[in-house]
Amino acid sequence: MATHSGGLNPAHGTGTTAVEERPAIRTRRLVRRFGDRDVLKELDLTVAPGEFTALLGRSGSGKSTLLRAVARLDHTVEGSGELTVPDRVSLSFQDSRLLPWLRVIDNVTLGLRGPKARERGLTALAEVGLEGRDRSWPHELSGGEQQRAALARALVREPELLLADEPFGALDALTRIKMHGLLRELYERHRPAVLLVTHDVDEAVELADRVLVLEDGRISIDLTVDLPTPRSRRDPRFQEYRDTLLTALGVAQPQTLSEEKESHVPHA
Amino acid sequence: MLVIALWWFASAIGYLDPRILSGPGTVLSTASDLISSGRLQDNVLISLQRAGLGLFFGVTAGVLLAVAAGLSRTGEYLLDGPLQIKRAIPSLAMLPLLILWLGIGEQMKVTVIALGVAVNMYINTYASLTGIDSRYVELAEGLDLSRAQFIRKVVVPGSLPGFFVGLRLGVTASWLGLIVVEQINATSGIGYMMFQAQQYAQSDVIIVGLVAYGIFGFASDAAVRAVERKVLSWRRTLAG
Repeated sequence: MATHSGGLNPAHGTGTTAVEERPAIRTRRLVRRFGDRDVLKELDLTVAPGEFTALLGRSGSGKSTLLRAVARLDHTVEGSGELTVPDRVSLSFQDSRLLPWLRVIDNVTLGLRGPKARERGLTALAEVGLEGRDRSWPHELSGGEQQRAALARALVREPELLLADEPFGALDALTRIKMHGLLRELYERHRPAVLLVTHDVDEAVELADRVLVLEDGRISIDLTVDLPTPRSRRDPRFQEYRDTLLTALGVAQPQTLSEEKESHVPHA
Repeated sequence: MLVIALWWFASAIGYLDPRILSGPGTVLSTASDLISSGRLQDNVLISLQRAGLGLFFGVTAGVLLAVAAGLSRTGEYLLDGPLQIKRAIPSLAMLPLLILWLGIGEQMKVTVIALGVAVNMYINTYASLTGIDSRYVELAEGLDLSRAQFIRKVVVPGSLPGFFVGLRLGVTASWLGLIVVEQINATSGIGYMMFQAQQYAQSDVIIVGLVAYGIFGFASDAAVRAVERKVLSWRRTLAG
């Protein structure tokens, strides 16, 4: 495997970032098992506070299993290993998962404790560009707006760690571009650690500062993306990262991946 | 309207025997007589009381059972089977047994009505409760909702659509139960009034009773629907 300008590290290293504070995610020898199949095989991962990490992997590589483990939503799954996560963890799903019987503002502030929950909710809604929609029902919002509301619900909790499971997977291409910009902007402002699970290599390189590839229950590639933001997909270095990751994912010709998404990269 | 006009006409020319079916005019004057003597109000009041009490106990029992069965495995194991079997036996078929146990007083009447209501409430509320999307349960977990918040924000609103289906069927069941129990050894109520009228071939009184039943049935269903529309205003339905 070629050494990349951005730094391509072996999987089982101590991580790319020098961690001085308590890490946002730390797993040691994490195992998750479905039946007699180990989906996560003694996985070691450290994510620093405020680090934007994307997790790539083919279907069945264990991406969602890892995310659900970190979110502690998998008590029924067999497993072992150490796992440390912060107290304030927010989760966003592929579907916006707004409760249809609560107005948007009540969805955003659901479970929020402490005074001024409502004001905080309104601020979060304004931040995602939904000011004035607080009294709407979820079904009155478009798909993109619903996902924005879900993002507001995740952010209003001021998470130290934001877990996102293909949050843009169900959106159309144009809405997705806007949401990428919004997510990055919110990230820069609030600086939570982010673990973004995606199957879209371009999305990973565009948004994250570190990209992991999960393969067969282990992290096979740990790549630091050293590009200034906002990132252009036309940048030749962007394409280098992209090609490296596609190769790692076992896609020999990058073009063949375009079945799952529109190719935004003009071919030179 | 056409039916009433025909009825009026047939009575006026003497085609209809008043013992079989009184004319609309007679029915109206009988109704005003019954009201001015206070007989209609007394009987309506006692009927409403029976239906209301039966509905109240039935709804309460049905919802409590649904919650117990819906929120705990033990509850489901103990309650759901017997109640699904009970569903197969019409409540009115239990009448002989209930008379044997409770006599022919008010207690039996209210119990019969409540039974019919409770089964409808249980079946629909339970179905709606267990049908709540597991993704919402996951969301609640992710948001660290307390048990009380989970019930208030997820379980209750999520099972309301089924509750209202049950309530509408329950209201219908309560009128049906009322009509049956008032024909059996009752000494008051609209049913009793009609039963007496039957003995004396007073078809006008019977029709007044039928109209009263009709008005209450329609009004109660409309009331439930109005509340349902208000409470479930978040729903996007075909009706808009």
